[in-house]
Parts: sequence; structure tokens; C-alpha cells
Amino acid sequence: MSTYAQKKGVGAVLWDYLTTVDHKKIAILYLIAGGFFFVLGGLEAMVIRIQLAIPDNNFVSAGFYNEVLTMHGTTMIFLAAMPILLGFMNAVMPLQIGARDVAFPFLNALGFWLFLFGGLFLNLSWFLGGAPDAGWTSYASLSLASEGHGIDFYALGLQISGFGTLIGGINFLVTIINMRAPGMTYMRMPLFTWTTFVASALILFAFPPLTVGIFFLTFDRLFGANFFDPTMGGNTVIWEHLFWIFGHPEVYILILPAFGIFSEIISTFSRKRLFGYSSMVFATVLIGFLGFMVWAHHMFTTGLGPIANSIFAVATMAIAVPTGIKIFNWLFTMWGGSIRFTTPMLYAVSFVPSFLLGGVTGVMLAVAAADYQYHDTYFVVAHFHYVIVGGVVLAILAATHFYWPKMFGTMLNEFLGKITFWLFLIGFHLTFFIQHFLGLMGMPRRIFTFLPNQGLEVGNVVSTVGAFFMAIAVIILLINIVITSVKNVKVGNDPWGDGRSLEWAIASPPPFYNFKQLPLVRGLDPYWIEKMEGKKEMTPAEPLGDIHMPNNSFIPFMISLGLFIAAFGAMYRLDYSWGLPVLILGLLVTLLSMFTRSIKDDHGFHIHKEDLIDEDKGRKA
Amino acid sequence: MANQQSTSENPRVDLDYRRKKNAEDMRYQVITFSLMIFLTLIAFAAVGFGDLSNWFVVPFILLLAVVQVIFQLYYFMHMSHKGHEAPQLFLYSGVLVGFITVLAFMTIIWW
Repeated sequence: MSTYAQKKGVGAVLWDYLTTVDHKKIAILYLIAGGFFFVLGGLEAMVIRIQLAIPDNNFVSAGFYNEVLTMHGTTMIFLAAMPILLGFMNAVMPLQIGARDVAFPFLNALGFWLFLFGGLFLNLSWFLGGAPDAGWTSYASLSLASEGHGIDFYALGLQISGFGTLIGGINFLVTIINMRAPGMTYMRMPLFTWTTFVASALILFAFPPLTVGIFFLTFDRLFGANFFDPTMGGNTVIWEHLFWIFGHPEVYILILPAFGIFSEIISTFSRKRLFGYSSMVFATVLIGFLGFMVWAHHMFTTGLGPIANSIFAVATMAIAVPTGIKIFNWLFTMWGGSIRFTTPMLYAVSFVPSFLLGGVTGVMLAVAAADYQYHDTYFVVAHFHYVIVGGVVLAILAATHFYWPKMFGTMLNEFLGKITFWLFLIGFHLTFFIQHFLGLMGMPRRIFTFLPNQGLEVGNVVSTVGAFFMAIAVIILLINIVITSVKNVKVGNDPWGDGRSLEWAIASPPPFYNFKQLPLVRGLDPYWIEKMEGKKEMTPAEPLGDIHMPNNSFIPFMISLGLFIAAFGAMYRLDYSWGLPVLILGLLVTLLSMFTRSIKDDHGFHIHKEDLIDEDKGRKA
Repeated sequence: MANQQSTSENPRVDLDYRRKKNAEDMRYQVITFSLMIFLTLIAFAAVGFGDLSNWFVVPFILLLAVVQVIFQLYYFMHMSHKGHEAPQLFLYSGVLVGFITVLAFMTIIWW
């Protein structure tokens, strides 16, 4: 087995990516698929903003608007933000803890393909009779009444991609617990690894309620069950609870990795150790813990009663404390640091006040009595876009610039990057800041148009202008990516010059086995420690030896494809006679693929010590 | 024990200590096993004999079940041994999340 990179044809590259189990390639797949869905969700957002630009607009019909709005939310949360973050976790976390891959490379690939097939299934609804139209929360009393197959696409698609996410989360947990390099204790793990760890634990506990809820919904709609039908003894509020028991931890699954990314960026470009590292870890864990006890604050107006509302209101406000700890720690990290305003750092600096605004409106919304006024208005829309765009999307854009050299070996253009940043930041505040006031003036959420002369015109047109700024920013980012890829100027190990954690100690992009010898970790920011002692690379913790690697496999693709086929069968079972056979066929494909995986011994292969030594010589020559 | 050879890669493994430890574990397992059978008998007795109210019997049997789960985890699946901190953390977190969910459903949905 040669370890040299060879020139390959398009077909070979495609096959390589279809069968890969390498965490770095899976990260790229996540990034491409998530990026595609991000652009799709962005287009849907543009349709929403164009429709709402002027009063009494008829750019789209009311029914189509409901579909666009539902798919914007669902796509952005499940198919864009989370997969892109999973992509960065895949790309960076194993390198940060000094591991050669994740604990279960096969499951890693399976997680990606499940997500992709689920996402494709959901989006095929556009071409097959209409998308889901009950909002991303898909409350049962509304979604059970929705005609056509839109909601079935939602339920089955999210079920499949949810399996993928759950598998990914468990994989990361096992990786972080078991595969840290010698000396990498828990309290020496970089903050991005810590937030990956806590977010994965949240995935582990939050996705099962969603799975249960979606199964109930699927069976209610397709198999004659009555879980949510009050006339048949069901209870429609159960869906709301199950959805939010998942849904609230979900926003922490999104924001915690974003916190981790910004912690890395701020400490790197302030050229200082992260201030209050242990309190940052503590705050991360505490946010994850509290995240499970606040879900009913989404349901204050459901009629839970004053006691339940008060308990959940106080618990929600408590989350502001650990978040505040984090905000101050970021500020103190920058204080006295020798700051370099690179593109990622610009995102990080602007993230702190932007996210803080979203946090403050969050505490306002947590006041149960006041929430009766804010509920289902644009105030809520402004709030969650401030936390998700001002937190998660800024983090994704920052990480794209920050980790691009590590993932692809080239630097994104800094000038274009800064243009992207300014356009996006201005557009973001233009779009969403004014929506607070639209909401307070009484504009309800999810309406497809509004009447003139109610004082809502100016706010809406400003908001639409802002959305165009963000769209242009994303287009410039895409141009930047194309230019950088075409120029293909390779960079070294530590292109930012100030890398602190292990990933910057190895080549960009790293060789497929990551570390020739596992590194010895001597403290927090291990690479920084070595650099401060005048060394160029990490001290190895083991002698050079054979490296055991997993074989590529096409089975994850087949398992996911089977579920994708089965979902069509389940959905059309009542409409067409071929539905049931297709359902069975799809499940057979999945089960036979799993069976093949179980009985076929696949021990992987070894990279031999001699090849590694040869490679060293080859590089020097 | 026919096999006196250590199967461990660790050359300093103390076979005498291991044997003593295993015997001790075995004793605990036998004790807990008999306790578990005893608890099961009590559970049957609670239902079978006497006119106890359901308000007593149901929580009582649930309590016995919890004790059995603890025996199972700690004595049969060796959670009392070292190196099980992470599984313990996640087990208890899962129990907590599940408990809160059930509690919420019992109190604010089906009140």
C-alpha cells in the first residue's frame, strides 16, 4: 500500500469520496452538502423578504409562502447549520486531541450519508406535489390537517437525517473519551473540542425525543394512529413538548460549537491563553445541563399554568449566568492581548455584541407574563435570528476562513474575506434589528403579507435591503472560494502564524493518517508551548511504528439509500399499489447492507514503518 | 484455576491479588443474586397476599425495580469498579433527562 498521493481521474475521486471513511474527507462532504443547503435556505429567505418588501405584495401566493417559510427554517437548522458544524467538528476535533481518526470511521460515513439522503428526500418535496407547510415546528394540530404529502416529507426526511446526526454525536463522544493523545487530559482539551463534547452529549439526549415525536407524527399521518388526535383520545400538546424537549437543546447544539470556534479564534489572534479556561469549560457544561430544563418557555401561551410558567421562566433566566461568564472571558482574553484583526477575528469581535443583543432579548422573552405580548410576533423572529445568525452563522463564516487552510491547504483571500464580513455584518443588523420594532408594533410572525398604512412599510423594506446585503456577501465568499481554489497557492503547517492547538502542528491538509507519531501533550495550547521553547514541531509520545487504518466502504451509502427508498414506499403506500413493495424493498436493501457489514470481516490495513520513513526521505529530497 | 499463566500484557500483574479480587467479586455476585430473588419474591407477595392498596403496591414494586437495576449495574456489570466514570456520568444524565420528561408529562400535560 503506497502512501503517496497520486493523480486520479474524476471517476476515481468520486468513488473515493463515495466510499471514504476518513474524517477529513467526510468533513469536506459535510461542508459541501451543508453549504448547498445553506444557499438553498438563503434563496428561500430571499423569497420571504421579497414577498414582504412592500404591503399587499403578490410575488408568491399564501400557500407557497407557507412552504417557503417552513423549508427555510427546516433547511437552515437541520440541513445547513448543524451539518456544517458537524463538518468542522469532523475536520478539526480529531486533530485537536491528537487522534488519527474518529472512534468509528464507518459510522462517521454512515452519519453523513443518512443526513444527505434525508435532506435530499425533504427537498424533493418541491418537485413532488408541494413542500411541508406547517412551520419548522410542525405543531400537530396544524400538520395533521395539512393536505398532500408535504408533512410526510418533513417527518420521513428528518427521521432519516436525525439518525445520521445521532450517530455522529455518539461517535464524537466516544472519540473524545477514548482517543486523546498521551498527556491530553480533559482540562487540556481546546475549547472547540470541549464544546463538541458537550454538544454531542446534547445530541445524544435530545434526538431521541425528536425521533419519538416524529414517529408519532408519521404513524398518525400514514398508518392510522391517533397519538395527537384529541377526538380519538390523543393529545396534541404532546407533540409540542416532545418537539421542544428536542428543540431547545438543539439551539445549544448549534451555539456551543460556535462558542468553541470563537474561543479558538479570539485566543489565537489575541495571542493569549484563553482567559478563565476552567470557567469556560464549567460554563459550557452548565449551559448544556440547563438546556434540558427550559423547553417549556417556547410554550408559555399554551396554558401550562402559572406555576409551570414561573419555574421555566426562572430556569431560562439562569442560563444567562454561564453565558455571561463566557462573554466576559472573551473580553478579558482580548484585553491586553496583541490583537491581529484578520477576517476570522473580525467575525469574532463582532459576534460578541451581536450575540449579546440576542441574549438580552432572550431574557426579555423568558419573562412569562411579557411573553404573552411578544409571542408569535416579529420580536421573536428578530430574537432567534440574532442568536442563530449573530452566533452560529457568524461562527460558520469565521471558521470557514480560519480552518480553510487546514482543510484545503490554501488561504482564502483576506481582502475579499473582509468585504464579505462587512457586507454580511451590516446586512445582518439591517435585516433583523428593525424586526424587533416591527414585532413590538404588532406584526405577527409567519404572515405572508401585510396591509398598507399600518406603519409597517419602512421597517419591512429596510429589512429586505439588509437581506440583499447578506446575499451579496455570501456570493462574494463563493467567488473567493473559487478564486482561491483555482490559484491553489499551498501554505505551510501554521499559516496564521499564531496557532496554539495540535492541528496547527501538522501539514495543511494533514496526511490521511494525521500524526506519524502521536504527539506528547504537555499542557493547554500544546503547540504554543513547544513554539515558545523554540521547537518547530511536537515531541512524539511513541516510536515510529506501523499505523492501522480502516478500509474504505460503500456500505454506508447503501444503508442510507435503502432508507431513502423505503421512505418513498411508506409515503405512497396508501396512494399506489407499488408503495408497500417499495417500502419492503428499501428496508431489505438497508438490512442486507447491514448484514453484509456484520458478516464480512474487514480488519483494515497497516501503513508500514518503512513506507513512513521513505516518505520522509522523499519529502526532503 | 488450571491456567496459571497471566494473560495480561502487563508483566507486573499480581495473580494472587487477582484471584482474591475475583473470589470477592464472586461472593458479592452470589449475595446480590440471592437478594434479587428475594426482592422478586417480595414483589410477588405484595400482589398475591393481603389486601394492600394499589397506591402502596405500585410505588413499592417500582422501588424494588430500581434497587434491582442498581444491583444489576453495580455488581453484575461492574460499574462499581474503577474506569466507569464516563458511563456513570452519561447514565445518570440520561436518567435525569428521562425523569424530568416523565415528571413534566405527569404534571403539566395530564394534570
